[in-house]
Amino acid sequence: MNPAIQVHSETVRGIRKGSSPWTEAWKRLRKQKSALFGLGMILFFVLTGLLATVIAPEPYDVNHPIYNPENGLKSPSSEHWFGTDDLGRDIFSRILFGARISLWVGFFSVAGSIVIGTLLGLLAGFYGKWVDTIISRIFDIMLAFPSILLAIAIVTVLGPSLFNALLAIAIINIPTYGRLVRSRVLSVKEEEYITAARVIGMSGSRILFQHVLPNCLAPIIVQGTLGIATAIIEAAALSFLGLGAQAPQPEWGKMLSDARPYLTTAPWTMIFPGVAIMLTVLGFNLFGDGVRDALDPKLKQ
Amino acid sequence: MFSYTVRRLLQLIPVLIGMSIIVFSIIRAIPGDPALVILGERATPEAVQELRLQLGLDKPITIQYLSYVYNVLTGDLGSSLRTKAPIMDELGPYLMATMELTFVSIVIAVVVGVNAGIIAAWKKASWFDYIAMLIALIGVSMPIFWLGLMEQWVFAENLGLLPSTGRMNPREPIEAITGLYLLDTLLIGNWDGFWDVLKHLILPGIALGTIPMAIIARMTRSSMLEVMKSDYVRTARAKGLSEFWVIYKHALKNAFAPVMTVIGLQIGQLLGGAVLTETIFGWPGIGRYIFDAISFRDYPVVQSGILVISAIFVMINLIVDLLYAWLDPRIQFK
Repeated sequence: MNPAIQVHSETVRGIRKGSSPWTEAWKRLRKQKSALFGLGMILFFVLTGLLATVIAPEPYDVNHPIYNPENGLKSPSSEHWFGTDDLGRDIFSRILFGARISLWVGFFSVAGSIVIGTLLGLLAGFYGKWVDTIISRIFDIMLAFPSILLAIAIVTVLGPSLFNALLAIAIINIPTYGRLVRSRVLSVKEEEYITAARVIGMSGSRILFQHVLPNCLAPIIVQGTLGIATAIIEAAALSFLGLGAQAPQPEWGKMLSDARPYLTTAPWTMIFPGVAIMLTVLGFNLFGDGVRDALDPKLKQ
Repeated sequence: MFSYTVRRLLQLIPVLIGMSIIVFSIIRAIPGDPALVILGERATPEAVQELRLQLGLDKPITIQYLSYVYNVLTGDLGSSLRTKAPIMDELGPYLMATMELTFVSIVIAVVVGVNAGIIAAWKKASWFDYIAMLIALIGVSMPIFWLGLMEQWVFAENLGLLPSTGRMNPREPIEAITGLYLLDTLLIGNWDGFWDVLKHLILPGIALGTIPMAIIARMTRSSMLEVMKSDYVRTARAKGLSEFWVIYKHALKNAFAPVMTVIGLQIGQLLGGAVLTETIFGWPGIGRYIFDAISFRDYPVVQSGILVISAIFVMINLIVDLLYAWLDPRIQFK
């Protein structure tokens, strides 16, 4: 092959690779220290969650024979870094296992909201007319409730459990994504490439999933990242109220509600689970803000 | 403005109907026999049958719904299963307690949040900006119930500065006139009582107000930054107005509309967050009323509590939208 052409084709490939909007966004993201710091925090908690069985000095459940109530409410020491709770369980180990629960609930509830919300938003925005009216009214109604109250109502009906809390959190956040996608679809629909796709005879559903959906991804990703932060707090709140995780699950919100009677005598039972929630949520917020700036440079000031 | 108001009111109708259906379903959607679930497995068949009649579960669902709506509209929210008292009568004092707490929280959130946002935008990239935004970021990342517990630990238990639970010193009860104790003590000139009530409000008020404060600060900052780039701000500066006037009079007026929407939405979240804050601070408000009802499976109370809070939320959003349209008339023609 002629070397000049080879160089040329490589340059073309290089430009292509470099100019894909996702690579561009990644480049912008890499420049933001706070976003990378947030990502680091997220990865740290993901790793602690994944490796909990390996790192944790003790199992989280009290039914394990090594537990001894006489060991209860011991202050932090070299043996128990974060102290022990009223049943003598090692708080450090429980927090490690708790990372699994919080991340799991945060991730899956947001995934659920995104799937349903996106689908409804696409339908409402693309087909308009009565489809839009019905879907938009349902969103209005759901948003008319303070979100945590709607979640409480759903869990009250379904019965308290971690899974029902996850479900409730997924449901209450559907309108957020639905509205986002709908408004995006409404503007994308007017673009010329959609008209072009119609003219060449593409079917409605193909246009929807091949051309409209990819254009909605950036705002969904931004909202989703920040949404995990909110979902983790909401899950902890429901568990704190006794509507989410049940004993002996080492959920952070549940740990806080169990520790309430020992606020004065054993404050470490309160401090560490709260700090764990805060740092995880902070990680997602930092990363989410960074992703927003990276994906939508216009917004950045 | 009139036609916008009418349009906005008409939009409310489907929302209110939908809300009533959701709240109505709270009892009916319980899997299995709701009456049996409420009373528990050991209840006698007679008791279950009686409750079924009391809740009207024996009638067709449409009749049940229509009579529910009729009752709510005529001010009948049913009776509490636990105390047997009409919920409408019980609700008043709880509602007032929540209103007072919410009001104090939103005042704290708006005063601190808006000013912090303004100064952060004014002195952009200064140490104040960085610290304020860092605090705001931590504020939105913190579970409010944990913040409340930490406040109790530090300010009530360790430093002994402020009371950690309740609305007032139980040994010097305050006679309710309006139910808003700050107002009640002022009305009769009971200054010690006023100070006592205020001290009880500080910790829960801050706990509840922190998230809105953080969100309002961030919103004000970005909105101000946007406005401060505009021509009329430059004109105001060119006229030789002092920086203070430019910012607080000219820029803030135009930056405030989006901030107000956020404030309206945050009041709703405050009403929801009250369930958590009130539970922690032993605050006898509607959030706690709902929480206690959940533990006792007192579903009619849960139902009515959620209905009342959500109805208030809808009204607040209506007011905010109308104010917004008044501040920014362009919105009426969208």
